[in-house]
Amino acid sequence: MTKPLINLNEINKCYQVGDQPLQVLNNIKLNIDSGEYISIMGPSGSGKSTLLNMIGLLDRPDSGQLIIDDIPTHALEEEQRAKVRRNNIGFIFQNFQLIPRLTAEENAALPMMLAGIDIKIRKQRVAELFSQLGIEQRLHHLPKQLSGGQLQRVAIARAMVMSPKILLADEPTGNLDQRSGWDVIDVLESLNTEGITLLVVTHDLQLGQRAARQLAMVDGKISEDCTKGEGHDQAS
Amino acid sequence: MIKLVDRWQFSLKVMAMYPGRTLVLVLAVAIGVSSVLLLTSIGEGARLYINKEFNSIGSDLLIVLPGKKQTSGGSLPFYSTTPRELTWRDALAIKQLSNVEFVAPINAGTALVSAGNLSREVITIGSTSDFLIVRKLVLAKGRGFYHSEQQRIRHEAIIGSKLKKSLFGDARAVGQWLNIADRRYRVVGVLKERGESLGLDMRDMAIIPISSAESLFNSTALFRIIVSLKQKSREEVTKQQIINLIKQRHDGEEDITIVSQNAMMDAFNNITQVVTIAIGVIAGISLLVAGFLIMNVSYISVVKRKAEIGLLKAIGASSNEVQLLFLQESSVLTIIGAVLGVTLGYALVFTSNAFIPYFSLAIPLWSTLTTLIVAVLISIGFTWFPAKKASSLDPVIAMRGN
Repeated sequence: MTKPLINLNEINKCYQVGDQPLQVLNNIKLNIDSGEYISIMGPSGSGKSTLLNMIGLLDRPDSGQLIIDDIPTHALEEEQRAKVRRNNIGFIFQNFQLIPRLTAEENAALPMMLAGIDIKIRKQRVAELFSQLGIEQRLHHLPKQLSGGQLQRVAIARAMVMSPKILLADEPTGNLDQRSGWDVIDVLESLNTEGITLLVVTHDLQLGQRAARQLAMVDGKISEDCTKGEGHDQAS
Repeated sequence: MIKLVDRWQFSLKVMAMYPGRTLVLVLAVAIGVSSVLLLTSIGEGARLYINKEFNSIGSDLLIVLPGKKQTSGGSLPFYSTTPRELTWRDALAIKQLSNVEFVAPINAGTALVSAGNLSREVITIGSTSDFLIVRKLVLAKGRGFYHSEQQRIRHEAIIGSKLKKSLFGDARAVGQWLNIADRRYRVVGVLKERGESLGLDMRDMAIIPISSAESLFNSTALFRIIVSLKQKSREEVTKQQIINLIKQRHDGEEDITIVSQNAMMDAFNNITQVVTIAIGVIAGISLLVAGFLIMNVSYISVVKRKAEIGLLKAIGASSNEVQLLFLQESSVLTIIGAVLGVTLGYALVFTSNAFIPYFSLAIPLWSTLTTLIVAVLISIGFTWFPAKKASSLDPVIAMRGN
């Protein structure tokens, strides 16, 4: 039996809201294998984005272990976590999160710039990705000159530029019209087909049901963990 | 780790994105830097001016003063009280010493000098033919005193260019008569135009033979004796010889002070350097003001760019990287401002020197280097806390822009 790419073991996270503690992740146990396509669904406040941020090392658990690609990330210092994030994880956000003063090419190449990679290699890699994503004509455009679908493709290029093992998408179609949304999902699914592990947080049931494995969250717990075409499992 | 060239480009893009902010900060630094340079250049200019004045009369001079002073260096006492006067005879004895080349005894006072209806009260110096030599004074017209003229009272005078202009206008002065107090003197020479020399305006002065001055001022007491040495290397020995000689002539009492020109120059240099540093530090306050401005603008920048900071952290920038990016931004701004300030400072000094050639300003190299370093340190120091704040932001919260 192969080791999971991502292993969450008894992960807990609690926020203080006023005087009251709010348990946003409650004893989460989850294994994700390499190359899986998972959707995480659930009502607002159920903890799905927090779970995604936890896996993306943007947040630290209060307790529990999070192992990514054999690295016990819960024990890492800030600098090391940033390195793991940069090299292993790609993020796609609902509102694209592009820097307005940078061109599409520069935005997409940002993680490589942070890694200190030479500009020639950066340009080559971004050109490849833009060509793959059908936006090769938009390299030198500023974000304000691009449509929503194009912006999200630039964001996907940025997420993919370091060839990560894991792609995390938080409501990737949330700010797009339906057609652009489906186009973006098609792109993400094709990347998953090529072997990347894809986790998508969504409110959209139709979109969530396209994933091979579907997680449902309620009150900080994974209430359902089912695989497409199979029955629902009650999860931890 | 981000490459330095990428940091620079990233910073330049931020600056281009906010041109108004950039302009204000660059100008603030530039004004601060140029203020420091300009003010230190005035101090340095004063120091060089004093050095030039000293050097113009040679560096091999000793000044013998009546009265014993316990300290050496610093400014000379204008008047002093002493039981025994320094006299012309003392000066003649000093001249016999082997390392002494010229000796100019000075008997000085102020007197009303007049020619026709015109008169001026000026400093009148009684001395010998050596006076023009040791003070490196050059005659524009006429001649100096003959050696023999010192020995007896001769009513002859050499006058400065300004005094000549006041009394005789453009007419010829040599050969004309003038009155100093109630005595008549014939003008035998006019000094070439020259500015102040060691605080004395040589242009507005009359020089008469020492014997005539003794008679005019009714005193044989010398104001001082200027001694020119043959060999500068034997200065200390000669000083001691003069002290011994005068002590012997003054009944065993050591009642003179000898100041070397170098000691005076060093004292002036020390004073002007301290003054230059002091005014540089005062001008440095403007750099502090620029620093506060940078700090405030950096705080605003952190608030406005929260989402960007969150994103950078989300895609793999460490807290240190984020902090470095902000520090780099302010450093780039400061370096551009400082380069502009240095250019501005040098341009102002260049312009001033072109219009006021007799008092040249000079920016000392240490001032330029120190100002640049201080400007960058101030910028880093004042951006430290905003940059720290940026680096400590939670990426998830920051990306929401809250």
